[in-house]
Amino acid sequence: MAPGLLSAILFATVVAGTPLILTALGELVTEKSGVLNLGAEGIMSVGAVAAFATTIHTGSPLLGVLAGMAAGMAMSALFGFAALTLQANQVASGLALSIFGVGLSAFIGKPYESQTLNSVPPLPIPLLSRLPLLGHALFEQQALVYFSWIMLGLVAWFLYRTRWGLALRAVGETPVAAHAIGYNVLRIRYLATLFGGAMAGIGGAFLSVFYTPLWVEGMVAGRGWISLALVVFATWRPLRVMLGAYLFGGAMITQMFVQGSGLRLDIPAQFLSALPYLATVLVLVLISRNRSTIRLNSPASLGQPFMPDT
Amino acid sequence: MQRLKSSIALLGLGLLAAAPLAAADPAPTQVGFVYVSPVGDAGWTYQHDQGRKEMEKALAGKVATKFVENVPEGADAERVIRQMITGGAKIVFTTSFGYMNATEKVAVAFPNNFFFHATGYKTAKNMGIYNARFYEGRYLCGVIAGKMTKSHVAGYVAAFPIPEVLQGINAFTEGMRSVDPKAEVRVIWVNSWFDPGKEREAALTLISQGADMVTHHTDSTAVVQAVEEKHKDNPSLYSFSYHSDMSKYGPKSCLTGTTHLWGDFYIRTVKEVMAGTWKGTNIWGGMKDGMIKLAPLNPAVPAPVKTLVGKLEKEIIAGKLHPFDGPVVAQDGKELVAKGKSMTDAQLGAMNYYVKGVDSTLPKN
Repeated sequence: MAPGLLSAILFATVVAGTPLILTALGELVTEKSGVLNLGAEGIMSVGAVAAFATTIHTGSPLLGVLAGMAAGMAMSALFGFAALTLQANQVASGLALSIFGVGLSAFIGKPYESQTLNSVPPLPIPLLSRLPLLGHALFEQQALVYFSWIMLGLVAWFLYRTRWGLALRAVGETPVAAHAIGYNVLRIRYLATLFGGAMAGIGGAFLSVFYTPLWVEGMVAGRGWISLALVVFATWRPLRVMLGAYLFGGAMITQMFVQGSGLRLDIPAQFLSALPYLATVLVLVLISRNRSTIRLNSPASLGQPFMPDT
Repeated sequence: MQRLKSSIALLGLGLLAAAPLAAADPAPTQVGFVYVSPVGDAGWTYQHDQGRKEMEKALAGKVATKFVENVPEGADAERVIRQMITGGAKIVFTTSFGYMNATEKVAVAFPNNFFFHATGYKTAKNMGIYNARFYEGRYLCGVIAGKMTKSHVAGYVAAFPIPEVLQGINAFTEGMRSVDPKAEVRVIWVNSWFDPGKEREAALTLISQGADMVTHHTDSTAVVQAVEEKHKDNPSLYSFSYHSDMSKYGPKSCLTGTTHLWGDFYIRTVKEVMAGTWKGTNIWGGMKDGMIKLAPLNPAVPAPVKTLVGKLEKEIIAGKLHPFDGPVVAQDGKELVAKGKSMTDAQLGAMNYYVKGVDSTLPKN
């Protein structure tokens, strides 16, 4: 395989994986606090349209991303109110948020369907971008790609190296105990949910402003669901989220390169589309066989409401 | 907006009833449209909606139209069609293949109403079908691609391997190789009618593998936009759009596109029904019928190529040229149509192969 081609595949894989990393990292933090927010698809859609509209009006992709983030937080606050304050069923609230978000984004986005943005130029990192093979793929990307790596480091550091990360995990494991030693469980869960919403909003902004600079209804096209699957696939570990995202992205991209190269390789494309979900089921089966692995990583009180007695 | 219009129409009806003097003017015939996706700004449904608007304009005062967009194929469609009829629609156009059975069911239940289904094959005494020969436009795009390619490789982003899509790929290939026998067409299936992210990646993949003429059979504008972006670095890179004129999304790089024009057909059909002269519709219209047209050619297309395309277009309209004139040879070398003959409609409708010159593997069903 020519080095240019390999570099192109790697480049496209990184791009395709980025919205998944952003959204899945946020969802991971939310789930670590014991909250299961299935609304990622809806949050990403609203984030995408908010970011696109803002970028159209201001001409600034940065403001667009901030708007996507804010919209994502607003959506997740809605979820938080239903699922945390009112203690509604988290699965049902999350699904409702997904459906609502997709519809709302279509409604808001109607006037923007015909408009186009200029694509955001890449931000090459000096020296590194000239590395052979990996330079173009890793260091000649758009700013949000680097942001996803920074966030990955921050989330891993926060969860496993800081006191507040420990508190968040404690809340996700045994909220009763965390409450007993004086942590405000609801507040921590709210913050984690808002963080998840902000990241999914940024993931949506990446799609509509950076990846394909356009807005059309339904453009998130299932990436929110893949992100949810990814968190389970990664068994709630940040680094594995990144690996999984590039694996899923890479599977799609490689399959396209194989098709485009004219190689006579017969893998049904439908199978490849189902691959992320198949892999998730497989991982679930594998980790379910080993109780200690689940106990290690999966938040014990995931999806269970907690309301302190007052 | 549409709802507002129909309520204004209703209000008008109320006034008519209250003022018997004005009752000489008959109530407008209501015509309903069922769309599979949002109207948006370009694409399959957008073209149908343009047709609806033209019809409404041409028969102003005599018809009132309404539409429901984003209707899933299947049981929901039947409910929507029934609602249209009980809401007063005399004629309903259902514009996606998956509405076929629902349309047929409702047509049986309402024998005094009229139904028209796009791209299907079931008819009834009050149900007609219509479709367009999209491949005629594809062939001409292929000719332009063959004249303008430098790499002799074209890329094709496709949704699902059904006959309609294969007709497009094969016609494009035949057109391209009619002027550039060395040319090859590479196909990437994205397995979705609509996923801008995947469509874009597929286009970029094809470009990175040497394709300099890129087209698509998917619903978004992502491919045209991706090519426009890459055109800056590689000025010999061009695209061809599908469904709609997408030159707005690729002002420098989108050479032309195959567009569908349903307006004349809608006007003619509604007129016939209103006049009581309608006797069944089973139309598969092409350039001759004005149902398929090329979008205005980009200034980047050189004058001799423009002339050639104009000439070929006239030949297609006159019936002298058929995109699948023999010899047509399949990818594996088998002769499908002998020299001197053209492919029949039955053969076209059952197309499930690539012709020679397509350098990809067809996914098995």
